[in-house]
Parts: sequence; C-alpha cells; structure tokens
Amino acid sequence: MTQATKTGLSRRTLLTGAAAGVAASAFPAPMIWAQNIKDITLRQFGTGVSNLNEVAQKVKEELGFTLEMTALDSDAVTQRAATQPKSFDIADIEYWICKKIWPTGNLQAMDTSKIANYDKIVGIFRSGKLTPESTIAQGTAPHSVGFTSGPGGKDFVAEESGWMTLIPTIYNADTLGIRPDLIGRPIESWTELLNPEFKGKASILDISSIGIMDAAMVCEAMGEIAYGDKGNMTREEIDKTMAIFTEAKKAGQFRAFWKTFDESVNLMASGEVVIQSMWSPAITAVKSRGIPCVYQPLKEGYRSWGGGIGLSANLSGLALDAAYEYINWYLSGWVGGFLMRQGYYSAVPETSKDFMSENEWGYWFEGKPATDTITNPQGQPMAQAGDVRDGGSFHDRMGAVACWNAVMDENQYMVRKWNEFIAA
Amino acid sequence: MAALLKNRHLTGWLLASPLAAVLAFFLVLPILMIVVVSFWGATEFSIYPAFQFDNYHFLLTSPVTLQVFLNTFKYALVTWALTLGIGFTVAYFLAFHVRSQTWQIALFLLCTIPFWTSNIIRMISWIPFLGRNGLANSTLISWEVIDEPLEWLLFSDFSVILAFVHLYTLFMVVPIFNTMMRIDRSLIEAANDAGATGFQILTNVIIPLCKPGIMIGSIFVVTLVMGDFITVRFMSGSQSANVGRLISNDIALLQYPSAAATAVILLVTVLMVIGTLLRFVDIRKEL
Repeated sequence: MTQATKTGLSRRTLLTGAAAGVAASAFPAPMIWAQNIKDITLRQFGTGVSNLNEVAQKVKEELGFTLEMTALDSDAVTQRAATQPKSFDIADIEYWICKKIWPTGNLQAMDTSKIANYDKIVGIFRSGKLTPESTIAQGTAPHSVGFTSGPGGKDFVAEESGWMTLIPTIYNADTLGIRPDLIGRPIESWTELLNPEFKGKASILDISSIGIMDAAMVCEAMGEIAYGDKGNMTREEIDKTMAIFTEAKKAGQFRAFWKTFDESVNLMASGEVVIQSMWSPAITAVKSRGIPCVYQPLKEGYRSWGGGIGLSANLSGLALDAAYEYINWYLSGWVGGFLMRQGYYSAVPETSKDFMSENEWGYWFEGKPATDTITNPQGQPMAQAGDVRDGGSFHDRMGAVACWNAVMDENQYMVRKWNEFIAA
Repeated sequence: MAALLKNRHLTGWLLASPLAAVLAFFLVLPILMIVVVSFWGATEFSIYPAFQFDNYHFLLTSPVTLQVFLNTFKYALVTWALTLGIGFTVAYFLAFHVRSQTWQIALFLLCTIPFWTSNIIRMISWIPFLGRNGLANSTLISWEVIDEPLEWLLFSDFSVILAFVHLYTLFMVVPIFNTMMRIDRSLIEAANDAGATGFQILTNVIIPLCKPGIMIGSIFVVTLVMGDFITVRFMSGSQSANVGRLISNDIALLQYPSAAATAVILLVTVLMVIGTLLRFVDIRKEL
C-alpha cells in the first residue's frame, strides 16, 4: 500500500516537474516566482503618512504577497529601526531618521540597477537639485544621505554610487496651516507664528527634529538670528532659538503642542488654534470636515521632508526579491497617484500621471485651476472647479524649499534644550 | 521528611518562597536593572554599559529638573487635597447617611461606573467639553455669565488637575469607605450620649478611626499622580511637564540611561513621600 502510493507520487512529481520545466523554459522565472510568493509576508512599519491599508490591499491583488503595515510616530519609528532590526522587513522612514539609523547597519544598501524607474526619480533624491539651476536647501537634504559606498556600507557618499540607502517614495514641502476664516487677513511670513495677535491660538509640533526647523524658520524670518546652516546649528544658535520660543511660550503664545497627526487636525478643526505647524494631509482632513483651512505658502519658503523605503539587513532570498518587486511596483505609478491625491509628491511623478485624471494631475502637480470637483482617495470632495492648490505647481513648491528636516551634529544638545523648552 | 515539614521555620520559609520568588523576579530584578542602566551611556541610537555619573550630573544640575519636580509635587498635593475632601465626603455620606445596606451597595457601585471605560477615554472626553468652543464655554456664554470664552479651562493646570481628580477620587473613596464601615456604631452612640456635637464626633471619633483608610487612599493617589505622564501630556496640550513626561520624552528619543536615572530619582522621591506618610499612621497595626 505504502509502496504503491510512493510510486504514484513520484510519477506525478515527475510529470509536474516536466510540465514546470516546459513552462519555465517558455516564461523564465515568473512561474515559480508566482507560486512561492503567495507565502511571503513582508512586515513594513513607518509613520502614518504612507502606511496605508489601501496600499497593502493593492499589493496583495497585484503582487500576490502579504504586506503587514504598522504605523508609529516618528520617534517610535526611529527607536524601532535602531533597536529591533528583526521586527521588520521594510522600514518606511524619513531621510533624517535614515541619517540616525543607517550607521547601525540595520538596513541594507539597495542596488539601483534593480530599480526599473531609477532614471526617472526626480533630481532632488539623486543630485540634490530639482533642476540643474536649483540651489540645494539647508538641512538633511535627501541626496546627502541617499547613497552609500556599496553593499554593506555604513557611510554616506555624495555621488550617485549605485547603492541607495532608501528608495525615495514620498515627500512634500511643509509650511504653516491657518484658519483664514478666523484670521481674516493675509498671512505671508513665518514670523506670524509668534505674532502676539495670535496669543493663545498658535501651536507648534513637539517632535524635536522637525519642531526646531519650524522654530528656526520663524527666528530667521524675524531677523533675530542669522543661521550659518539651519540644518546644522551651533549650540549658540540652538540656545538663541529656544530662548525666543521659551519666552513666547511663557507669554502664553501657544495653545498646545501636538505630537500626532490627529492632534493637529483636532486643534485646527475645533478652532483652539488658528495658526500652527501642520502637515499637508492634516489640512485635507480639516477641509473635508467643511472647515476652511489653508496651507499657507510663505515668502521665506518651505520646510521640506522626504521619506523612503529601506530594507532590513535581515532580508534575503525570495523575500528580498519580493521586496525589490514591491519597490518597483511602488514607483510604477499607482501608489504615486494615490499619494498625490492627498497632496504629497511621488518620487517618480511621471509614472503617476497615468493613474490620475487630467484634472487631478493639473490641480495637484501643475498648479492649474481645477476643471471639476477634486476628491480625496476616499471620494470626499476637497476642492471645487476653479480652485487652485495652495502654493501652486510642483516646481513652485519644491523649488522654494528653504530647508529640509534635519539631524544636527549637536542633536543630543538640541534634544535636551527642546525638552527644556517643553518643560519650561 | 515528615519531621522536616513539621519544622516550623522551614515550612514558614517554604510558604513564603513562591511570593518572594515572584517579587524578586518581577519587582526587584527590574528595579535593579533600571538602577544599573541609569549609570550607562547613550549615543544617538544605542546604549553602552559604563559606570558614569553623567546622567545624574545633568539631571541634578539642570534647572528644569527642579522646576519639573516642583510641578509634579504641586499636582500631587493639589490633587491629594481635592480627592481627600471629595472622597471623604462621599464615603461619609455612603457610610453614615445611607441607612439601608442595599442602597449603600447600589450607590457604591454607581461610583465605579466610570471605571467601566478606559482611563484615557475618560480623560480625553474632557477635551471637547472644556475647549474654547466647547460645551462648558458655550453654555456659560449663552447664560451670559461670561462674554469671552474662558481660555484657562483647557490646556492648563486647571484641566490637568480636574482630570486627575476625576480619575483618582474613587481610589480615595474605597479605602475610606471601607474603614468607616468597620467603625463600631456604639462608639458614635457613646460619644452622642456623652454630649459630643456632630462636629466633635467627626473630629474626635470618625477621622482618627479612618486614618488607615485615608492613608491608603493617599498613597494610591500620590503614587498615581506622581507617576503619571499621559494625563499631563493630553490635558495640558503638552505645555506642562511632570517627571513622568521627562522620562517618556527620554525614552522616545532613545535616551534610556537618562530615563532610568530620572526614574531612579522619582522612585526615591516617591518612597520618601510614602515613608513620611507612613510615619503618621501604622497601617499594619490599624488594619
């Protein structure tokens, strides 16, 4: 009995093997690939901005494997990437976080020759320049921490070495959010954050490495401090910046500080705060409640940030192949379109064009007046025909970046000073 | 074997050992670990074993530390006074004014109903109520009590303490109610017969006999408030700090040794407070 079964099995195995052989010669790798890949689960974690369940669903549909998403705040993301390398396969992090954790060796360098759309990635992430004439903004500019010397490298190199630390996925130019209905006059400068007119109605975010940049934009605009490099301040510059903000805090300028996306939305929507640091989708969220809210372009320029996908050093074999597949798919347009409809930018904007309507592309990317109602990915109306995006086109916005979110050499000192400011 | 088990000392040790083991493993060991780590050093993303006093040095010389500890004491003291006042009154009402036991139990359970939801939900639900355009302000404005919304209702020390009192009064009510129920009613009758007034009965009979309950409630409230960080963060809109927030900020920024050092100092402070409290009442004797 046992014997018979064995024979039967081996014959069948032989037949399948032959069939697979034929199939394999006709369509090389993908056949085998498609069978095994269903068992693969990739664990991704990152900040809330791009950890979207819609993306995980689409991955399952189009690529076949499972993507588990965990959303955390920036501090928790840094902590996890640095201390628990085995707890994730894909880290969806910001470039300034990369600067902190890349030296731990928890992430592996990525071979750009395996990235199909590498040549189409916007200049900001490669040479650092949006257009050949652009000047590079201060702070941790993505290209400066985007490349490493080779596989296993723990350093950063200036040129496009063919080995990327993070594959850029999402970025934006941030500015202050305002409630135009409660302010009732034009806002043009970062200095307005500390304008006594908004006493008790202003807010700033309590994430030190981002908050300090907003603070620096304000102090510089006020003419109080002339920074050598806002993205890499000296102790003296940090002291001065925090002194100005501590004074404002003690005078009751701030209503609250926020740490999570939802807090910023609630502060703004409830009218507790009329001017504050804000992120683009938070503006979207306030607007979709029917409350007017503007992502106000300011004359001093934007504070920009960029995020990307990093691969855990523990990834290998089929899972690593799946991860590359995922990255290529990420840059191929669908996700880009999804993100751009929320006001972010895709690293390869041109591939997203096919996944957006002409009206959407015109509104979000080209800064043209909407020809029809613009809805967010969930279908809620965001803008009406004739509306123009705050700040205009991609080149207007990303071309006016004054600094990038940064990690400074004096980071530990800055963090302590920031804590003192919060506790003051 | 049988003879061994009859040995009084040995059985005593054996009976105590499971609890001792559990406490050693889950209480003493972690605390020792915290003390050890508090002397370590930290870089941006890692901690390394060392024996240095940097963390304590920074902590004890920073002007912010003192300010934050004072703030923590302020919260603890004000919350303690308010919860004691409210808790004692509620317990007194339940124990001496409500005669039927059924009603006593029913009303007591009523006090615990808020505890059916999570601590954080109970706290956060104050935010829309107290906000600038919240229920409290709009009601006061519509009654024409005030013209302008009151700013200090939310994201202030007021809202922090309000939330603390709301959250922790029950921890005062329960032990005080418990000791009150044990008071022999004939003592009160005797005091009455001896011509004591209601107030004299309260101060000379009931309060002294309630001391253990008051003390247990106080320990609960003081330790809870001093160790809290989330209430202070949400209700002050991150504008005020207590020691718990210093620790949570340090942890968020991967500065574990510094967080451990702060935790050790907080632990010592809380133990000193409790030690002082226990000098007033011998809980063991009174229970």
